Amino acid sequence: MITAKTKKQQEVLEAVVIRFVGDSGDGMQLTGTQFSDTSAMFGNDIATFPNYPAEIRAPQGSLYGVSGFQVHIGSVEISTPGEDLDLLVCMNPAALKTNLSALKAGHTIIIDTDSFTKKNLEKALYASNPLEDGSLNNYRVIEVAMTSLTKEALKDMGLDNKSITRSKNMFALGMVYWMYDRDMNHTLDFFDKKFKTKPLIAEANSKVLKTGFYFAETLELIPNSFTISPSKMPKGTYRIINGNQATAWGFLAAAEKSGLELFLGSYPITPASDILHELVKHKHFGVKAFQAEDEIAGITSSIGASFAGDFAITTTSGPGLALKGEAVGLAMILELPLVIVNVQRGGPSTGLPTKTEQSDLLQALYGRNGESPLIVIAASTPADCFDWAYEAARLTLEHMTPVLLLTDGYIANGSEPWKIKSINEMPSITHKQISGGGNPEKWNVYDRDAVTLAREWAIPGTKGFEHRVGGLEKDKTSGNVSYVPENHEYMTHIRAEKVDRVQNSIPDLKSDFNDEGDLLVVGWGGTFGSLHSATKQLNDEGYKIGHVHFNYINPLPKNTEAVFSKFKKIIVCELNNGQLASVLRSKFTNFEFSQHNKIQGLPFGVSELTQKFKSLIN
Amino acid sequence: MTEVATKYTFRDFTSDQEVRWCPGCDDYVILRSMQKALPEMGVKKEDVVFISGIGCSSRFPYYIDSYGMHGIHGRAPAIASGVKLANPDLSVWVITGDGDSLAIGGNHFIHVLRRNLDLNIILFNNEIYGLTKGQFSPTSLIGQKTKTSPYGNTQPPFSPGELALGAQARFFARIGGNTPKEMTQLFIDAEKYKGTSLIEVLQNCPIFNDGCYKNITDKAVRADKQIHLEHGKPMIFGKERNKGLVLNGLKLEVITIGENGIAESDLLIHDAKEPDSTLHSMLVKLEYPVATGIIRAVEELTFEEREEALTNEVKASSKFNKVDDLFFSGETYEV
Repeated sequence: MITAKTKKQQEVLEAVVIRFVGDSGDGMQLTGTQFSDTSAMFGNDIATFPNYPAEIRAPQGSLYGVSGFQVHIGSVEISTPGEDLDLLVCMNPAALKTNLSALKAGHTIIIDTDSFTKKNLEKALYASNPLEDGSLNNYRVIEVAMTSLTKEALKDMGLDNKSITRSKNMFALGMVYWMYDRDMNHTLDFFDKKFKTKPLIAEANSKVLKTGFYFAETLELIPNSFTISPSKMPKGTYRIINGNQATAWGFLAAAEKSGLELFLGSYPITPASDILHELVKHKHFGVKAFQAEDEIAGITSSIGASFAGDFAITTTSGPGLALKGEAVGLAMILELPLVIVNVQRGGPSTGLPTKTEQSDLLQALYGRNGESPLIVIAASTPADCFDWAYEAARLTLEHMTPVLLLTDGYIANGSEPWKIKSINEMPSITHKQISGGGNPEKWNVYDRDAVTLAREWAIPGTKGFEHRVGGLEKDKTSGNVSYVPENHEYMTHIRAEKVDRVQNSIPDLKSDFNDEGDLLVVGWGGTFGSLHSATKQLNDEGYKIGHVHFNYINPLPKNTEAVFSKFKKIIVCELNNGQLASVLRSKFTNFEFSQHNKIQGLPFGVSELTQKFKSLIN
Repeated sequence: MTEVATKYTFRDFTSDQEVRWCPGCDDYVILRSMQKALPEMGVKKEDVVFISGIGCSSRFPYYIDSYGMHGIHGRAPAIASGVKLANPDLSVWVITGDGDSLAIGGNHFIHVLRRNLDLNIILFNNEIYGLTKGQFSPTSLIGQKTKTSPYGNTQPPFSPGELALGAQARFFARIGGNTPKEMTQLFIDAEKYKGTSLIEVLQNCPIFNDGCYKNITDKAVRADKQIHLEHGKPMIFGKERNKGLVLNGLKLEVITIGENGIAESDLLIHDAKEPDSTLHSMLVKLEYPVATGIIRAVEELTFEEREEALTNEVKASSKFNKVDDLFFSGETYEV
């Protein structure tokens, strides 16, 4: 065990926000992940926020090539990756320039001074060197010649220059481990596993990590270290999970619970590809993950698989959903089970592929030709993507109509502790497949369940139930093509009513903190953490504010209007230009909805929210 | 697919839906040939699935009493791929036209051929858009006058066979739309072949492109204008069975047996199973005589076979049987 045994002082903190920033080749994502995993295993609650450019390797040292990873750790409940930074770890001038404004005054920056060359300063558009011109006077700057120290530490190992300089991120990590009294063992084990076939690289990284750690201990510039005690989380077995992995695993669980094989038809797209990356690994569960030739083949192969009896899903992001629109309508009119996942990113068009936004809500609800209602639900945190993927599966398999699940880049790439759910804890899923029993003579393709209006699912290979379906309007009973005017109207209504009746199988909406009060904060999807934190903070300050967060968006929970009616004012907060607000206005005409919108490709900050909420009450 | 105990007739594959194609359309011939072929395939009725896109041809699944889906424009190969991957035991048929598969669905068409799932694709090629009432298609000829080319078409056509071979098709056959006997046999052969089989039917549209193949398919000229290829047999044709194909340098040449000392034994022998597609490609492009029958039929592992083998391999070496094994594996920690 290597622990921070130090004679220096230790200060106890409730929570800290740290951001690691550098060039996109500097390994900041890895550094941040290691720090957050180690902290989670120590027992802290955590939330992370990776923020990286769309370019894989943008020109070195450029402003737009800066990659960052922010982590918020605490002994208290952590719902967001935090806002103002306590510590900024900065690997080059461009990273300093683009991130300094987030650091709290008087707080610490660790800087690799070796990277502050004339060339890099020019690339970062600095007229003078910020290390010398006094522009960092309001901060505590720890200047470390990280690259040289790394080279020095590894000089006798016979490694090439590139491998040596690539491990300087571990020097920075070592320093931060010491500063926050973290154990290095998790990362040391990680090196051994990751570089199993390259023991020299594993050794080099371990050496640099330790060098950074001991350097911080002896450095006089760092007067004390901090400790953040374990958080009081429910007892259980945990792991760190990001939203995309949780989504993939939710589907794995649903497939096993329902007894169906999982089929994924998908086409790579940022930020949804990681769901495909995860599911292709799981052939051992019989998962059929099919990388198709385009977005349309992604969904239509899934429709084929669903017709043939698999639990089928397709995953995409905004532009991909636009391409899939016609096929979503087909699945809807066929009344087959299908989950469409949209990991939202900044739009329109190609937009901001690596940034987050909630601007596909109206596309999810209405983005198809004809009367084409879907069940639309949204996940709200990285870990609860597991539950919402599972719920999407349950709803589509039990109600025989497609479900559109919305997540976003923020929760898809963000991670947090997940109290692992065993399959035994998950609710049952009863699909509608005809197993070969029953009397085909008395069966019609579009006979419906009296309660849910779901039809039965007769799959190829089932004798006596041979039938044809298609995208043309169909007779309400036989499913044969029908152009009868009254039949079309009837079918349009029944498909809508089928979705509406899902209200009967979902829980009521609940307002957090207060059932009534001066202000109701309304949100949906991935903004849960920020809205929850902001509302909590103001209630702690004595305000009377409630927070409702919609996961079920179509249909809305039955008691929505009743919840709204208990508050004097309502504000709808979204990372778009007011999409849910316009939906709510059209459904609930007797309320006035204020809005708070942000369209910067970034999540809400808690302080901007509290400020806005206060202004509405006062 | 398991052996079939019941003996079916064409009636077992005839649905109760009234067929709504125009009178005189070759689609009727294709439908009847299929209904006659299906009982001969040794496939159970409930295991047969027809998937179509959009267009006149794509109404086909409604008329066959088996499982079927009338999909969306151009996407039938992708839908069918999902069906086959979900249940490889099914006999899956794609019904498409020249607009459906070569224009809006071109991408799926080339990729389904590349992957080589065990699917059968029937391409009804009438060189026109029928259902939308007479616009030129990707196989319409230069100069062809249509609703959207009143002064003559200026877009050069695709040859479906050439495109297919370029996309690595392992099975390509062509048949006239008015030869039900040969067509029925071809459908049976396509089903028996393991891999993606593509059959181009030269299908006459009596309304918008009537007679487009009359110089090739009319009964009076058929024997002289088509060469019906059979694997292992000499490339011979003609009413008198006195014409044939030989290779002259890098080109196919039509010769007459008995002239210039040429005997039947000098003719090329058709080898549909030759992996090198050079000669198949020449046959596909040949304008006189037009090659029909199975031009290419090369056996190779199918996509689903590769997938199944890999899945079994992963299953055998994996420590994960249930999702809980995965969820509780690796870097977990206790609170």
